[in-house]
Amino acid sequence: MSVVEARGLRKTFGTTTALDGIDLRVEEGRILGLVGPNGAGKSTALNAILGLTAFQGELRVLGRDPWTERDQLMRDVAFIADVAVLPRWIRVSQALDYLAGVHPRFDRSKAEVFLAKTDIKRTSKVRELSKGMVTQLHLALVMAIDAKLLVLDEPTLGLDILVRKQFYDSLLNEYFDRGRTIVVTTHQIDEIQEVLTDVMFINRGRIVFGCSMEDFETRYLEVMVNPQNLAAARALGPIHERHVFGRSILLFDRVDRQHLAALGEIRTPGIADLFVAVMGSEKDNLNTAGQAQGAAR
Amino acid sequence: MNPPSNGVREFPVDAQKLVSAPLTETRPMYWSVRRELWENRSVYLAPLIVTAVVLFASLINTSINVNRMRKLPAIERPSLHSALARPFDMAPAPIMFATLLVGLFYSLDALYGERRDRSILFWKSLPVSDRTVVLSKALIPLVVLPLIALALSVVTQVILLWLGTLVLVTSGMSPAALWSEVHFFQGLLIMPYGLFAHILWFAPIYCWLLLISSWARRAPVLWALLPLLAISALEKIAFGTMHFMSVLTYRMSGAMTEAFAFTGTSKSDGNVDRLSQLDPIRFLSAPGLWVGLACAAAFLAAAIRLRRNREPI
Repeated sequence: MSVVEARGLRKTFGTTTALDGIDLRVEEGRILGLVGPNGAGKSTALNAILGLTAFQGELRVLGRDPWTERDQLMRDVAFIADVAVLPRWIRVSQALDYLAGVHPRFDRSKAEVFLAKTDIKRTSKVRELSKGMVTQLHLALVMAIDAKLLVLDEPTLGLDILVRKQFYDSLLNEYFDRGRTIVVTTHQIDEIQEVLTDVMFINRGRIVFGCSMEDFETRYLEVMVNPQNLAAARALGPIHERHVFGRSILLFDRVDRQHLAALGEIRTPGIADLFVAVMGSEKDNLNTAGQAQGAAR
Repeated sequence: MNPPSNGVREFPVDAQKLVSAPLTETRPMYWSVRRELWENRSVYLAPLIVTAVVLFASLINTSINVNRMRKLPAIERPSLHSALARPFDMAPAPIMFATLLVGLFYSLDALYGERRDRSILFWKSLPVSDRTVVLSKALIPLVVLPLIALALSVVTQVILLWLGTLVLVTSGMSPAALWSEVHFFQGLLIMPYGLFAHILWFAPIYCWLLLISSWARRAPVLWALLPLLAISALEKIAFGTMHFMSVLTYRMSGAMTEAFAFTGTSKSDGNVDRLSQLDPIRFLSAPGLWVGLACAAAFLAAAIRLRRNREPI
């Protein structure tokens, strides 16, 4: 059984289409990164998975319909929807009490162990904590839940790089194992490239690209081309070309490694670079489609 | 308040399944109500403050009247007995009124505040159903606040009675007069009856406010009141009638008129001090009660449905 399985997932708000028929399958033990521009439909997709919004089409999360069975589903799913959603009035000790009270899979001692490594006092209210500490607290609460699926929607937005790095380190070292699955969206995608097992691009409510990181590393190569080889490199059909300090960097899909090594320095591209390439060609496709439509009239 | 036993985890798996069935409903409810009290400390602080003020005022009354009695010859003292007993009868009213008021403000903010501060996203990440959340919030004005009001009223009366007796005895006067003036034991029946008659009668008001607080994107106070005023004005202008307004005023005052029998003189002072004035049969057979409770249930059901797809605002 897949952890998340969606077919033809659609969601419209009035006349705007937030999700335009998404097919998605996330297997156990994967860490999937969802990447997309603002308003692409990432959060809507996650909200549908978490039972926060109604949807059309088929969607099963751990075998359940999230919209009608949110409360049962949340025994096995944990999520951090955003920074700063912890109620500001709650005390750290009250948050622990409450979770221990309502959550059958919350292990208070795990949260205590994690909190002991921070400067967070048990008697503090959330409003007295710094933004980074609130994130640590939320992470401590979530990591103490023995969940099968963890959903993170921009969990580190607005935090400094040290806290962001700590966040993902703790998550990987102390929480993740093969029995768990993580779905994460973030704008700082390159920071978690090493962490992901799969990546998916979403734009205008559609999934425009998806592959495992193993495939990603074998398929895509970036070459900083020596100027004299530029024409030869372009002949190999790069999917994207950009310029840095007067040098051309070409991105190739499924082109022989040795072949490229002869043309310049090669390296695995960042997800963000591929994202720019894919989004750029998306735009071109849309433009040509529009022109074709115009010509047909 | 001790939390229910946390030992479930230690049972073997099969036993755990058996035990968790009844717990799944009551445990989240218990903790949700506690959560409400953590967040809304005014639920118990406001009635406590009012109680303190009432006690302080009563203390002044007692000291003034006992001084006056001392100066009077023994034969004229009974004229002051009713003045001495006055705070005793009056004490519960402000306490109960304060809790009714706290309940109104609480209900109007209960499902609105969690969306405004975005914490709804945290609460929804936990295995607590929307039904449990909305019902736990409804329990505050409908059960918790009335119980607080009742407890504080009884405690206040006990303190006043004890204090009055003490002052009289230490001043060398008999407390018997005070005891004959106050209706302590009758009050122990009248107060809960009156209180719960009011709560049942006002239930649709609290549930209406909860519904508005789960629906409004801003200014829930306005949304709670304006539609009612608009319908009244519309009716008055269009048909020249005031039926809707009379429904509203009946809702405000109906608990008193339906639950108690006022005859002759006692109606003029509006006080209830005799058990014979209690009229539970008429109250329970009043259609207004049942229509109101049906509305309350409908409002709550709507609020539960609404919370399902509510997002931060």
